[in-house]
Amino acid sequence: MNRLSISNLRVSIAEQEIIRGLSLAVPKGEVHAIMGPNGSGKSTLAKVLAGHPDYKVTMGEVLMDGEDILGLAPDERARKGLFLAFQYPSEIPGVTIANFLRAAVQARLPEGEELEATDYYARLYEKMDLLEMDRSFTSRSVNEGFSGGEKKRNEILQLAMLEPKYAVLDETDSGLDIDALKVVANGVNSMRGPNRGILVITHYQRLLDYIVPDHVHVMVQGRIVRSGGKELALELEEKGYEGYDEVKDEVSEPAMV
Amino acid sequence: MTNQTAVLDEVMELESPQEHCGPAILSGPSVAREAELPGWFHDQQRAAWAKFESFPFPNRKDQAWRFSSVEALDLSRYAQPARLTQFERDEILGRSVGLDAVAGRLIFADDQLVRRDPLSETLLKTGVLLMPLERALLEHEDLFRKHFMAQPAALGSAKFAALHEAFVNSGTFIYVPRGVEVELPIEIFHWLHGENAAVFPHTLLIADEFSKVTVIEHFRSAHPERSGFACGVNDLVAGNGAKINYICAQNWNEKALSIQINATTADRDASALSLNVHLGGAYSRFESLSRLTGEGARSDLLAVSVANGTQEFDARTLQDHVSPHTTSDLLYKNALTDRTRNTFGGLIRVEPHAHFTDAYQTVRNLLLSDDAEANSMPGLEILADNVKCSHGATSGQINEDEMFYLLARGIPLPIAKQLLIIGFLNEVVDRLQHPAITDLVRELIEDKFGPR
Ligand SMILES: Nc1ncnc2c1ncn2[C@@H]1O[C@H](COP(=O)(O)OP(=O)(O)O)[C@@H](O)[C@H]1O
Ligand SMILES: [Mg+2]
Repeated sequence: MNRLSISNLRVSIAEQEIIRGLSLAVPKGEVHAIMGPNGSGKSTLAKVLAGHPDYKVTMGEVLMDGEDILGLAPDERARKGLFLAFQYPSEIPGVTIANFLRAAVQARLPEGEELEATDYYARLYEKMDLLEMDRSFTSRSVNEGFSGGEKKRNEILQLAMLEPKYAVLDETDSGLDIDALKVVANGVNSMRGPNRGILVITHYQRLLDYIVPDHVHVMVQGRIVRSGGKELALELEEKGYEGYDEVKDEVSEPAMV
Repeated sequence: MTNQTAVLDEVMELESPQEHCGPAILSGPSVAREAELPGWFHDQQRAAWAKFESFPFPNRKDQAWRFSSVEALDLSRYAQPARLTQFERDEILGRSVGLDAVAGRLIFADDQLVRRDPLSETLLKTGVLLMPLERALLEHEDLFRKHFMAQPAALGSAKFAALHEAFVNSGTFIYVPRGVEVELPIEIFHWLHGENAAVFPHTLLIADEFSKVTVIEHFRSAHPERSGFACGVNDLVAGNGAKINYICAQNWNEKALSIQINATTADRDASALSLNVHLGGAYSRFESLSRLTGEGARSDLLAVSVANGTQEFDARTLQDHVSPHTTSDLLYKNALTDRTRNTFGGLIRVEPHAHFTDAYQTVRNLLLSDDAEANSMPGLEILADNVKCSHGATSGQINEDEMFYLLARGIPLPIAKQLLIIGFLNEVVDRLQHPAITDLVRELIEDKFGPR
């Protein structure tokens, strides 16, 4: 029950199958990592979980604490406790971070309840301090003109403000220098806890030095081809994904059916 | 407040609409009213009425009225409004809430002055004038005659400018003397009140050399369902080195027919910025002539509109560069929902000798429904050398990725849409460097989407 569980998921876009029978479960209280080469379908998985309308789920199910979420609209999934930190966060011209987050927090309050502005700003500033973000950020348009690192910090700020049950972090380390990486990892680690499951997607092992996962999964060609403990990340760092080419050929066969 | 409104509504229902208004405007200005004005103005008004009668009715075949729903311009039902009762005046006064801090304020309802908050002693000592137009006509005849409707209505509405001139009997006169800066905005309210009332708002703003002033006008309807007609003209004059900001918050009800004709002139090194916010009206046409008459002059023409239901907004502009080294920058953004229409016809004209001109024109339409229609007709007429000009008009829908980003944060679709629309318009609103007015404009736009 207390898990985000994906079973036998198949997803295509434009007649091309990208996720090809993927199963994975992230229980609350754990941090799982998905590693895989570029193009293996990691971002597709993340966006499908969040309900992106471009992708078509042809088979399988996704249960969040036992509830099938694939039939829910993206905003409903989010309000039920799912969060996606985007690999490429969108720029929203003219909408300030303060107003944007306010709308998101407001959306989680019971019908008819008004957000208390003072409490909201107190909490927002507290999280910004944790992420070493200047307060002037609140009045800037969401992600507009942000550096890669600023965008990623902004994603983690939202994670911290929205306190989801399950968080999927898609390449949160890309575009970060080592200092920014530590700050962001620190932010994510502060969100770890028994009531939250976290799925970290990354191409490099580097992030996992700072966000140490409980489990590591290797994703190739739209499938999990291997799972293990945190040591698996180091092994991948050393040997790369080359050894998985054969596996790739093996698994691509049944997908043709 | 609430109780008062309720009582007022009851009173209104007891009386028939006829008792609430004077003669139809198409029967011409009434003699009784003209008697209050000086003879020379009386003559001018009579001549204007003759012009109105002789000028042809707008036709869609005419480029200036292309795409316009000219059938909306049937004026037969509109009449000169009746005098307001004290009770009605008080009620309107109570609802005239705008900026917290202003330099002075005039409130008109059905063209009748309801309230005048005069300028401070300090400002009065500097020689700043803020008074009803009809007083300026007598007390400052030279200034009045020099600037009142001095620019031609060149964008299609000469007939309606003539109608305005024939009927105008109140309005605002502002004069800022040389070197005087009026820090706080001057605020003007125009209310439509009676059923089928016709009003002719006029603001004559003269900023003398090196002076500075900001004026905001609110156009509102006292009653959400009553039809009404507003035919306004503004003369905005920036003398050498002067800086004027003009903001129009047009928020008539959705029954109103509105035609507004603005002419701005910017003399040497002057800068004029206008922000026009169009939210109300069944059909609302806005003509903006901006003349850059002195070297180094600059004009910023900003506008936003939000249309819903079957509203139609129709904007026609002319950036007229008369002198060299002048700059104009137009940015119009329109959000259209439902079955609304928006027309933009804009011309940049760089006259001979107006070399080294920079002129920009950008129009962006955000189409929020398949049935909304936007037509943009940008134009250039360049008769000088060394000119930097650009113009572009685009129409697009809400960006899917932006929408998904908001949804993925749990923001419900209608609120996400509203955030994106306001975000889209903010690029324009943010150009106004005046936090209090910016906040007020944003609130008006948000209110248009209804209570959250
Ligand atoms: N919107 C899309 N349209 C077409 N192909 C897509 C789209 N999104 C992803 N793909 C394809 O799906 C595959 C997986 O992409 P992606 O999920 O981004 O991989 P990863 O995040 O692992 O690098 C790639 O081959 C990519 O080209
Ligand atoms: Mg990716």
